Amino acid sequence: MATESVTLGPAPAATELSEEAKAELELVNRAREGDSSAFSALIRQYEGKIFRLAMNITQNREDAEDVLQEAFLKAYEHLDQFQGNSKFYTWIVRIAVNQALMKLRKRKTDRSVSLDEQIDTGEDTVAREIAAWDPDPEVQYSQDELQGILNEAIDGLAPIYKTVFTLRDVDGLSTEETAEVLDLTVPAVKSRLLRARLQLRDKLTRFFKRKGDDAFAYM
Amino acid sequence: MLTCKEFLAELSDFLDEKTDIEIRAKLEKHIAECPNCWVICDTTKKTISVYKGMKTCSIPDDVHSRLMAAMERKIAAKSAK
Repeated sequence: MATESVTLGPAPAATELSEEAKAELELVNRAREGDSSAFSALIRQYEGKIFRLAMNITQNREDAEDVLQEAFLKAYEHLDQFQGNSKFYTWIVRIAVNQALMKLRKRKTDRSVSLDEQIDTGEDTVAREIAAWDPDPEVQYSQDELQGILNEAIDGLAPIYKTVFTLRDVDGLSTEETAEVLDLTVPAVKSRLLRARLQLRDKLTRFFKRKGDDAFAYM
Repeated sequence: MLTCKEFLAELSDFLDEKTDIEIRAKLEKHIAECPNCWVICDTTKKTISVYKGMKTCSIPDDVHSRLMAAMERKIAAKSAK
């Protein structure tokens, strides 16, 4: 469950580190010893992904920039709490997600925003728009148009869905890593991911359905 | 045969190739016989693919510059302690 406070504690023990994670740990260790260029290297590696994630959650450029800065500043301040038993990226993503959710809470003071909201498991998992797509639907649009369509679709999702979808399907974290980052169970991540994927599919069908086809049901 | 609801419940694992062989065979049989679920499966797969293909967000130069300036202030403050 996402809490009011930012979680900065060490992540649970993970399995053996990959070469990439070892290289990251080396950078973190150098940063801890005062080598600011090592921390700058970590920033350059991840700032794009963190900014995109923050944009997806907050849908606001200023808030996303704040989240980006706060996440890296907090990470630097609390580097001694990073114990290296998980990827640096999952650690900083966790900080960034909490910062982004706090931004949303500030906007919606009458309603808390949590990743642990109860969800129905019934009708919403049933797809509404059933129409075949062109084989390569994205080629119908320019890069900018496509980006706009994808952003608009993801913007329409609730924070609990867009966050899980972005981490899992855009950033490529595993289900287990996503669960660790968001402090959710694996079944909760799977449930949210399925709903996010189906909702996005519904939204994109409006744009990508095969020309000449109206949305129709075969049954 | 699986119901459509049962198929949908397994859809994510099916697309991620995380189902065991027995369940996978049942899911494949279902989409071979159910046009609706075939469409949902195909278009959900394309949904994931189109988002995966999104170009990595290159951070705007001004945002990067302000982040690095904030970091420099933080580092200077930490060294002054």
